[in-house]
Amino acid sequence: MSVNNLIDLDTPVSPALSAPVRPGRVFVLPLVVFALFALVPLLALYGPQSFILALVTRIMILALAAMSLDLLIGYGAMISFGHAAFVGLGAYSVAILSSHGINDGFVQLAVALAVSFLFALFTGAISLRTKGVYFIMITLAFGQMLYFLGTSLAAYGGDDGLTLASRSTLFGSRILKNDIVLYYVVFGFLLGAYLLLRGIVASRFGRVLRGIRENPVRMEAIGFAPYRYQLTAYVIAGMIAGVSGCLLANQTEFVSPAFTTWQRSGDLIFVIVLGGLGSLHGAIIGAAVFSLLADILSHYTEHWALIFGPILILVVLYARGGIGGLLGSKP
Amino acid sequence: MTLTLALVQILNGLQFGLILFLIAAGLTLVFGVMDFINLAHGVQYMVGAYFVAAFTAMTGSFLLGLALALPTALAFGLLLEVLIFRHLYDRSHLDQVLATFGVIIFLNQAVKFVWGAAPLNVPIPDALSGTIEITDGMLYPVYRLVIIAVGLAVGLALYFVVNKTRLGMLVRAGASNAAMVSALGVNIRFLFTIVFGVGAMLAGFAGAMVAPILSVEPGMGDNVLILAFVVIVIGGIGSIRGAFIAALLIGLVDTLGRFFAPTLLRVLLDPATASQTGRAIAPMLIYILMAAVLFFRPSGLFPSKQ
Repeated sequence: MSVNNLIDLDTPVSPALSAPVRPGRVFVLPLVVFALFALVPLLALYGPQSFILALVTRIMILALAAMSLDLLIGYGAMISFGHAAFVGLGAYSVAILSSHGINDGFVQLAVALAVSFLFALFTGAISLRTKGVYFIMITLAFGQMLYFLGTSLAAYGGDDGLTLASRSTLFGSRILKNDIVLYYVVFGFLLGAYLLLRGIVASRFGRVLRGIRENPVRMEAIGFAPYRYQLTAYVIAGMIAGVSGCLLANQTEFVSPAFTTWQRSGDLIFVIVLGGLGSLHGAIIGAAVFSLLADILSHYTEHWALIFGPILILVVLYARGGIGGLLGSKP
Repeated sequence: MTLTLALVQILNGLQFGLILFLIAAGLTLVFGVMDFINLAHGVQYMVGAYFVAAFTAMTGSFLLGLALALPTALAFGLLLEVLIFRHLYDRSHLDQVLATFGVIIFLNQAVKFVWGAAPLNVPIPDALSGTIEITDGMLYPVYRLVIIAVGLAVGLALYFVVNKTRLGMLVRAGASNAAMVSALGVNIRFLFTIVFGVGAMLAGFAGAMVAPILSVEPGMGDNVLILAFVVIVIGGIGSIRGAFIAALLIGLVDTLGRFFAPTLLRVLLDPATASQTGRAIAPMLIYILMAAVLFFRPSGLFPSKQ
């Protein structure tokens, strides 16, 4: 019984650990991914521009949230089933401040970061006392708590959600109203978070985290306190997901408790498994494939979930290592 | 008002708790014996409700519909086990969570495809409709009392089977240490198939029982699933006794919390704020309870594993 193991140790999780990868190759795929994202607004000129921009902006926001969850699941073996809660916190920070006339993007971002920090610190400190399936369930419970809090906020739309009066302002200007500007702001956040997470993963902190994933008892025996490292990772991941919530509220100009349901958390897990666990650019690719798949299928039939569900099952059963694995970033 | 109303709320809480127990019993044993997280357990409940709606419409009788729905729910559960779940036992929890999440996505859409997105209504059978006067001036729907009685009866039967029969002994042993039971020559896969089938049928039965008082709709299993997980985690995974106590606890806390939280808060706050805060806190109460229980007892109240 592997109740104490969050993830089977034989699951290939990290390219860095599972095989010697030639140094140059590690950078090729992410470079291609980011170059593509940077060029999308140019390519969009030749198609339905606003549709493409909106879709790819959403993909990047999803990727941001997914990457942060990958820090927990892929590198830390902490299967959080309540990660959408942080997206909701970020989104509601923007919406609630905006409904009180505070539209400054920096203030909203600061509040979102602070709220996500506190919520992650509080819930993480409690959740990390438990292990295995209990951890999955307690994170899910905290996510549900936030969902029900959202539905009961009658002053902010309750169940129906809340439409933003306007997008955030930067230095007092409404420059984010321009979809291309919003696109590059999101792009900047994604790139920044990618570099930050990459740095974290490669640092001593990241190595300890991966060590805890592989064998918490041994890490403790050689003098590391797993709890502190895991909690720090949990807080970092929560704050990054909070940022993605800020961006999501700006993109959709609408927030609702539906952002925080456990099904959304399930989607996030699906995205990173689809892209390949323990690979940051994998999470980005997973987000793109997930969104495009949902979008394309929904064009063909309103019952697209009939196809989507089985794909999910097949990916789990037969495509271990996800798309990242298929693309050869893993042996 | 208070005493009579409180009694009604307690009965409602009891009824809700017993339904949760029917769902959680299968979930906790499946997890206990095979270490398998089955998120698709909630759709068994939904499918049970849809089956009873379909068969009742077909035959014109709720009882006949129920009699047909139960074996169908059992067969459907076993079909899922053979097609999908069987391939997941040796996989990580993450894989199990994801694949069964895919089953939920698929089946929620499938019932929409087959029966339409609009909620279905199942009429309460004539013999069980109407109300009964429990105390002076307190009327209570007969059908809800029937649910309570049936829930208690099934709970007792399950208790008897699990604690007094050889099969139950194996299940309990399997939940504590599956590897050891297997080493002693018991076919743990076959044992599990029985547990899984019965669990799926119980969840379907719960769905069928509540079909006449709730609307039957796609996704109706999702929130119940989460509550069932709260129940088994509070109760201690693999423990029927834990699931029973935790289910009643959750049923009562949820129902009474929604009813009393605004009233209680009025002691501390002004009425308007109290009712607003109360309404906000009430749905969160069980999750707060769960977090508190896990904080003090990280393996639940009655852990069956050592």
